[in-house]
Amino acid sequence: MSIDPINLLAIVAMGVATYLTRISGLFLADRLPRTGRIRVALDALPPAVLTAVVAPAVLAGPAEAIAGLITVLAAFRLPLIAVVAIGVGSVAALRAVMG
Amino acid sequence: MRSPVVSDIRDGVVDVFPPVFAMIPFALIMGSQAAAKGLSPAEVLAMSTIVFAGASQFLAVSLWSSPAPALTLALAAFLINLRHVLMGASIAHKIEHFGAWRYPAVHFMTDEVWAVAERRALRRPITPAYWFGAGIFLFSAWQLFTVLGAVVGSFVKEPERYGLDFAFPAIFIALALGFWQGWRTAPVIAASALVAVVVHLLVPGAWYVLAGALAGCAVAIVTAKPTEEAAAA
Repeated sequence: MSIDPINLLAIVAMGVATYLTRISGLFLADRLPRTGRIRVALDALPPAVLTAVVAPAVLAGPAEAIAGLITVLAAFRLPLIAVVAIGVGSVAALRAVMG
Repeated sequence: MRSPVVSDIRDGVVDVFPPVFAMIPFALIMGSQAAAKGLSPAEVLAMSTIVFAGASQFLAVSLWSSPAPALTLALAAFLINLRHVLMGASIAHKIEHFGAWRYPAVHFMTDEVWAVAERRALRRPITPAYWFGAGIFLFSAWQLFTVLGAVVGSFVKEPERYGLDFAFPAIFIALALGFWQGWRTAPVIAASALVAVVVHLLVPGAWYVLAGALAGCAVAIVTAKPTEEAAAA
Protein backbone atom coordinates (compact mmCIF):
# COMPACT_ATOMS: atom_id res chain seq x y z
CA MET A 1 0.00 0.00 0.00
CA SER A 2 1.76 3.11 -1.20
CA ILE A 3 0.96 6.41 -2.84
CA ASP A 4 3.32 7.82 -5.42
CA PRO A 5 3.59 11.65 -5.02
CA ILE A 6 3.14 12.27 -8.77
CA ASN A 7 0.09 10.02 -8.88
CA LEU A 8 -1.30 11.84 -5.84
CA LEU A 9 -0.72 15.17 -7.58
CA ALA A 10 -2.64 13.92 -10.63
CA ILE A 11 -5.48 12.63 -8.42
CA VAL A 12 -5.72 15.94 -6.54
CA ALA A 13 -5.70 17.87 -9.85
CA MET A 14 -8.55 15.68 -11.13
CA GLY A 15 -10.38 16.15 -7.81
CA VAL A 16 -10.08 19.95 -7.97
CA ALA A 17 -11.31 19.98 -11.58
CA THR A 18 -14.25 17.75 -10.68
CA TYR A 19 -15.22 19.72 -7.56
CA LEU A 20 -15.16 22.92 -9.63
CA THR A 21 -17.76 21.41 -11.97
CA ARG A 22 -19.87 20.37 -8.98
CA ILE A 23 -19.81 23.70 -7.16
CA SER A 24 -20.13 26.06 -10.13
CA GLY A 25 -23.73 25.01 -10.83
CA LEU A 26 -24.73 26.48 -7.44
CA PHE A 27 -23.37 29.89 -8.42
CA LEU A 28 -24.69 29.65 -11.96
CA ALA A 29 -28.20 28.99 -10.64
CA ASP A 30 -28.20 32.29 -8.74
CA ARG A 31 -27.77 34.10 -12.06
CA LEU A 32 -30.44 32.14 -13.92
CA PRO A 33 -34.11 33.17 -13.95
CA ARG A 34 -36.36 30.77 -12.03
CA THR A 35 -39.11 31.01 -14.60
CA GLY A 36 -39.82 30.73 -18.33
CA ARG A 37 -37.62 28.98 -20.84
CA ILE A 38 -34.64 28.41 -18.58
CA ARG A 39 -36.95 26.65 -16.12
CA VAL A 40 -38.35 24.45 -18.93
CA ALA A 41 -34.78 23.57 -19.96
CA LEU A 42 -33.68 22.76 -16.39
CA ASP A 43 -36.78 20.61 -15.87
CA ALA A 44 -35.84 18.61 -18.98
CA LEU A 45 -32.25 18.25 -17.82
CA PRO A 46 -32.42 15.03 -15.75
CA PRO A 47 -33.60 12.74 -18.60
CA ALA A 48 -31.42 14.63 -21.12
CA VAL A 49 -28.17 14.24 -19.13
CA LEU A 50 -28.78 10.59 -18.22
CA THR A 51 -29.61 9.74 -21.85
CA ALA A 52 -26.55 11.55 -23.22
CA VAL A 53 -24.18 9.74 -20.83
CA VAL A 54 -25.27 6.25 -21.95
CA ALA A 55 -26.49 6.67 -25.53
CA PRO A 56 -23.11 5.82 -27.16
CA ALA A 57 -22.77 2.66 -25.02
CA VAL A 58 -26.35 1.57 -25.77
CA LEU A 59 -26.07 2.21 -29.52
CA ALA A 60 -22.57 0.66 -29.76
CA GLY A 61 -23.79 -2.37 -31.73
CA PRO A 62 -26.88 -4.39 -32.65
CA ALA A 63 -26.81 -6.57 -29.51
CA GLU A 64 -26.51 -3.51 -27.26
CA ALA A 65 -29.21 -1.60 -29.17
CA ILE A 66 -31.75 -4.46 -28.93
CA ALA A 67 -30.90 -5.04 -25.26
CA GLY A 68 -31.31 -1.29 -24.76
CA LEU A 69 -34.80 -1.41 -26.26
CA ILE A 70 -35.74 -4.37 -24.03
CA THR A 71 -34.38 -2.42 -21.04
CA VAL A 72 -36.49 0.62 -21.99
CA LEU A 73 -39.65 -1.51 -22.15
CA ALA A 74 -38.78 -3.16 -18.82
CA ALA A 75 -38.13 0.23 -17.22
CA PHE A 76 -41.75 1.30 -17.78
CA ARG A 77 -43.08 -1.68 -15.81
CA LEU A 78 -40.53 -3.06 -13.36
CA PRO A 79 -38.48 -1.94 -10.36
CA LEU A 80 -34.88 -0.80 -10.92
CA ILE A 81 -33.13 -3.99 -9.81
CA ALA A 82 -35.25 -6.11 -12.16
CA VAL A 83 -34.53 -3.69 -15.02
CA VAL A 84 -30.79 -4.07 -14.47
CA ALA A 85 -31.04 -7.86 -14.35
CA ILE A 86 -33.04 -7.90 -17.60
CA GLY A 87 -30.59 -5.51 -19.29
CA VAL A 88 -27.54 -7.55 -18.27
CA GLY A 89 -29.19 -10.89 -19.11
CA SER A 90 -30.49 -9.78 -22.50
CA VAL A 91 -27.20 -8.26 -23.65
CA ALA A 92 -25.30 -11.40 -22.60
CA ALA A 93 -27.77 -13.62 -24.47
CA LEU A 94 -27.80 -11.43 -27.58
CA ARG A 95 -24.01 -11.23 -27.69
CA ALA A 96 -23.82 -15.03 -27.40
CA VAL A 97 -26.36 -15.48 -30.25
CA MET A 98 -25.09 -12.71 -32.52
CA GLY A 99 -21.43 -13.51 -31.92
CA MET B 1 -42.82 8.01 16.40
CA ARG B 2 -39.77 7.61 14.23
CA SER B 3 -37.57 10.68 13.93
CA PRO B 4 -37.91 12.44 10.54
CA VAL B 5 -34.11 12.54 10.21
CA VAL B 6 -33.77 8.78 10.53
CA SER B 7 -36.72 8.28 8.21
CA ASP B 8 -35.20 10.60 5.56
CA ILE B 9 -31.78 8.91 5.81
CA ARG B 10 -33.55 5.59 5.34
CA ASP B 11 -35.48 6.93 2.31
CA GLY B 12 -32.23 8.17 0.76
CA VAL B 13 -30.52 4.81 1.21
CA VAL B 14 -33.55 2.89 -0.08
CA ASP B 15 -33.93 5.12 -3.16
CA VAL B 16 -30.26 4.94 -4.10
CA PHE B 17 -29.88 1.23 -3.35
CA PRO B 18 -30.79 -0.08 -6.84
CA PRO B 19 -28.32 2.27 -8.61
CA VAL B 20 -25.65 1.31 -6.05
CA PHE B 21 -26.32 -2.36 -6.70
CA ALA B 22 -25.98 -1.82 -10.45
CA MET B 23 -22.79 0.17 -9.89
CA ILE B 24 -20.96 -2.73 -8.17
CA PRO B 25 -19.68 -4.47 -11.35
CA PHE B 26 -18.68 -1.06 -12.75
CA ALA B 27 -16.74 -0.25 -9.54
CA LEU B 28 -15.01 -3.65 -9.51
CA ILE B 29 -13.97 -3.27 -13.17
CA MET B 30 -12.74 0.30 -12.53
CA GLY B 31 -10.58 -0.90 -9.62
CA SER B 32 -9.14 -3.86 -11.49
CA GLN B 33 -8.32 -1.74 -14.56
CA ALA B 34 -6.58 0.79 -12.30
CA ALA B 35 -4.54 -2.02 -10.77
CA ALA B 36 -3.65 -3.25 -14.26
CA LYS B 37 -2.29 0.26 -14.98
CA GLY B 38 -0.05 0.00 -11.88
CA LEU B 39 -2.13 2.00 -9.39
CA SER B 40 -1.96 0.69 -5.81
CA PRO B 41 -5.14 0.02 -3.81
CA ALA B 42 -4.27 3.09 -1.68
CA GLU B 43 -4.12 5.22 -4.82
CA VAL B 44 -7.46 3.84 -6.00
CA LEU B 45 -8.92 4.71 -2.58
CA ALA B 46 -7.48 8.23 -2.85
CA MET B 47 -8.95 8.67 -6.34
CA SER B 48 -12.36 7.30 -5.39
CA THR B 49 -12.44 9.64 -2.36
CA ILE B 50 -11.01 12.83 -3.85
CA VAL B 51 -12.41 12.62 -7.40
CA PHE B 52 -15.48 10.41 -6.71
CA ALA B 53 -16.87 10.47 -10.24
CA GLY B 54 -17.16 7.10 -11.98
CA ALA B 55 -17.09 8.00 -15.65
CA SER B 56 -14.12 10.36 -15.27
CA GLN B 57 -12.21 7.82 -13.15
CA PHE B 58 -12.73 5.25 -15.89
CA LEU B 59 -11.49 7.70 -18.49
CA ALA B 60 -8.51 8.67 -16.30
CA VAL B 61 -7.46 5.06 -15.85
CA SER B 62 -7.57 4.50 -19.61
CA LEU B 63 -5.38 7.62 -20.09
CA TRP B 64 -3.03 6.80 -17.17
CA SER B 65 0.71 6.41 -17.82
CA SER B 66 3.82 6.75 -15.70
CA PRO B 67 4.66 9.44 -14.71
CA ALA B 68 1.01 10.46 -14.44
CA PRO B 69 0.06 13.24 -16.91
CA ALA B 70 -1.65 15.39 -14.26
CA LEU B 71 -2.73 18.20 -16.57
CA THR B 72 -4.20 15.91 -19.23
CA LEU B 73 -6.02 13.89 -16.57
CA ALA B 74 -7.41 17.01 -14.89
CA LEU B 75 -8.60 18.40 -18.23
CA ALA B 76 -10.27 15.12 -19.19
CA ALA B 77 -11.98 14.96 -15.78
CA PHE B 78 -13.15 18.55 -16.16
CA LEU B 79 -14.59 17.89 -19.60
CA ILE B 80 -16.48 14.69 -18.82
CA ASN B 81 -17.77 16.25 -15.59
CA LEU B 82 -18.98 19.50 -17.16
CA ARG B 83 -22.50 18.04 -16.98
CA HIS B 84 -22.23 18.60 -13.20
CA VAL B 85 -22.51 22.35 -13.89
CA LEU B 86 -25.96 21.82 -15.40
CA MET B 87 -26.94 19.28 -12.74
CA GLY B 88 -25.79 21.64 -9.97
CA ALA B 89 -27.74 24.54 -11.51
CA SER B 90 -30.84 22.35 -11.59
CA ILE B 91 -30.52 21.13 -7.97
CA ALA B 92 -29.27 24.46 -6.52
CA HIS B 93 -32.64 25.94 -5.53
CA LYS B 94 -33.77 22.59 -4.12
CA ILE B 95 -30.82 22.43 -1.68
CA GLU B 96 -30.31 26.15 -0.97
CA HIS B 97 -31.83 25.69 2.50
CA PHE B 98 -28.79 23.49 3.33
CA GLY B 99 -26.84 26.76 3.86
CA ALA B 100 -23.08 26.20 4.09
CA TRP B 101 -23.70 22.44 4.00
CA ARG B 102 -24.30 22.86 0.25
CA TYR B 103 -20.55 23.00 -0.29
CA PRO B 104 -19.76 19.55 1.11
CA ALA B 105 -23.13 18.31 -0.22
CA VAL B 106 -22.19 18.84 -3.86
CA HIS B 107 -19.16 16.56 -3.50
CA PHE B 108 -21.69 13.73 -3.16
CA MET B 109 -23.54 14.79 -6.31
CA THR B 110 -23.13 11.83 -8.62
CA ASP B 111 -25.51 11.12 -11.50
CA GLU B 112 -27.32 8.55 -9.36
CA VAL B 113 -27.73 10.62 -6.19
CA TRP B 114 -28.71 13.65 -8.22
CA ALA B 115 -31.27 11.62 -10.19
CA VAL B 116 -33.00 10.14 -7.11
CA ALA B 117 -32.94 13.55 -5.38
CA GLU B 118 -34.46 15.31 -8.41
CA ARG B 119 -37.16 12.66 -8.48
CA ARG B 120 -37.92 13.13 -4.80
CA ALA B 121 -38.01 16.89 -5.33
CA LEU B 122 -40.95 16.39 -7.71
CA ARG B 123 -42.99 15.28 -4.67
CA ARG B 124 -41.43 16.85 -1.57
CA PRO B 125 -38.47 18.95 -0.41
CA ILE B 126 -35.01 17.35 -0.25
CA THR B 127 -33.62 17.38 3.30
CA PRO B 128 -29.93 17.20 4.22
CA ALA B 129 -30.68 13.84 5.87
CA TYR B 130 -32.02 12.47 2.58
CA TRP B 131 -29.17 13.90 0.48
CA PHE B 132 -26.32 12.82 2.76
CA GLY B 133 -28.00 9.47 3.45
CA ALA B 134 -28.09 8.63 -0.24
CA GLY B 135 -24.74 10.33 -0.98
CA ILE B 136 -22.68 8.78 1.81
CA PHE B 137 -24.17 5.34 1.18
CA LEU B 138 -23.18 5.45 -2.49
CA PHE B 139 -19.80 7.03 -1.60
CA SER B 140 -18.98 4.22 0.84
CA ALA B 141 -19.99 1.53 -1.64
CA TRP B 142 -17.88 3.18 -4.33
CA GLN B 143 -14.79 3.16 -2.03
CA LEU B 144 -15.40 -0.43 -0.98
CA PHE B 145 -15.91 -1.92 -4.43
CA THR B 146 -13.30 0.08 -6.38
CA VAL B 147 -10.65 -0.85 -3.78
CA LEU B 148 -11.86 -4.45 -3.77
CA GLY B 149 -11.52 -4.46 -7.57
CA ALA B 150 -7.94 -3.17 -7.25
CA VAL B 151 -7.02 -5.77 -4.61
CA VAL B 152 -8.61 -8.78 -6.27
CA GLY B 153 -7.63 -7.66 -9.75
CA SER B 154 -9.25 -8.92 -12.91
CA PHE B 155 -11.08 -11.84 -11.31
CA VAL B 156 -13.82 -11.78 -13.94
CA LYS B 157 -11.86 -12.46 -17.08
CA GLU B 158 -14.40 -11.30 -19.64
CA PRO B 159 -17.02 -9.09 -17.97
CA GLU B 160 -18.56 -8.36 -21.43
CA ARG B 161 -19.41 -12.04 -21.88
CA TYR B 162 -21.75 -11.92 -18.89
CA GLY B 163 -23.12 -8.54 -19.90
CA LEU B 164 -21.80 -7.01 -16.66
CA ASP B 165 -20.63 -3.89 -18.50
CA PHE B 166 -24.29 -3.30 -19.42
CA ALA B 167 -25.42 -2.88 -15.78
CA PHE B 168 -24.32 0.74 -15.92
CA PRO B 169 -26.25 1.67 -19.13
CA ALA B 170 -29.28 -0.29 -17.86
CA ILE B 171 -29.51 1.68 -14.61
CA PHE B 172 -29.12 4.96 -16.50
CA ILE B 173 -31.95 4.02 -18.87
CA ALA B 174 -34.15 3.23 -15.88
CA LEU B 175 -33.17 6.45 -14.08
CA ALA B 176 -33.80 8.54 -17.23
CA LEU B 177 -37.25 7.00 -17.73
CA GLY B 178 -38.03 7.80 -14.09
CA PHE B 179 -38.46 11.35 -15.43
CA TRP B 180 -40.93 10.27 -18.11
CA GLN B 181 -43.82 12.72 -18.09
CA GLY B 182 -45.85 11.44 -21.00
CA TRP B 183 -44.98 11.70 -24.66
CA ARG B 184 -43.57 15.21 -24.38
CA THR B 185 -40.48 13.61 -22.80
CA ALA B 186 -39.88 11.46 -25.91
CA PRO B 187 -38.43 14.22 -28.17
CA VAL B 188 -36.13 15.30 -25.31
CA ILE B 189 -34.72 11.78 -24.94
CA ALA B 190 -34.53 11.22 -28.72
CA ALA B 191 -32.65 14.47 -29.37
CA SER B 192 -30.29 13.88 -26.49
CA ALA B 193 -29.49 10.32 -27.64
CA LEU B 194 -29.07 11.24 -31.30
CA VAL B 195 -26.78 14.23 -30.69
CA ALA B 196 -24.73 12.32 -28.09
CA VAL B 197 -24.13 9.43 -30.51
CA VAL B 198 -23.21 11.69 -33.45
CA VAL B 199 -20.87 13.88 -31.38
CA HIS B 200 -19.32 10.76 -29.81
CA LEU B 201 -18.53 9.49 -33.33
CA LEU B 202 -17.16 12.78 -34.63
CA VAL B 203 -15.51 14.54 -31.69
CA PRO B 204 -12.83 12.95 -29.48
CA GLY B 205 -13.17 13.31 -25.71
CA ALA B 206 -16.26 13.69 -23.58
CA TRP B 207 -18.02 16.56 -25.36
CA TYR B 208 -20.84 14.22 -26.35
CA VAL B 209 -22.33 14.31 -22.83
CA LEU B 210 -22.66 18.08 -22.81
CA ALA B 211 -23.80 18.26 -26.45
CA GLY B 212 -26.50 15.62 -25.94
CA ALA B 213 -27.75 17.19 -22.70
CA LEU B 214 -28.00 20.65 -24.26
CA ALA B 215 -29.78 19.24 -27.34
CA GLY B 216 -32.39 17.60 -25.08
CA CYS B 217 -32.95 20.88 -23.20
CA ALA B 218 -33.20 22.85 -26.46
CA VAL B 219 -35.88 20.48 -27.74
CA ALA B 220 -37.76 20.84 -24.45
CA ILE B 221 -37.87 24.62 -24.96
CA VAL B 222 -38.95 24.32 -28.60
CA THR B 223 -41.68 21.74 -27.91
CA ALA B 224 -42.98 23.37 -24.71
CA LYS B 225 -46.53 24.63 -25.10
CA PRO B 226 -46.94 28.31 -24.25
CA THR B 227 -49.19 27.23 -21.36
CA GLU B 228 -46.38 25.14 -19.87
CA GLU B 229 -44.00 28.05 -20.05
CA ALA B 230 -46.61 30.22 -18.40
CA ALA B 231 -47.18 27.53 -15.77
CA ALA B 232 -43.46 27.26 -15.13
CA ALA B 233 -43.38 31.04 -14.84
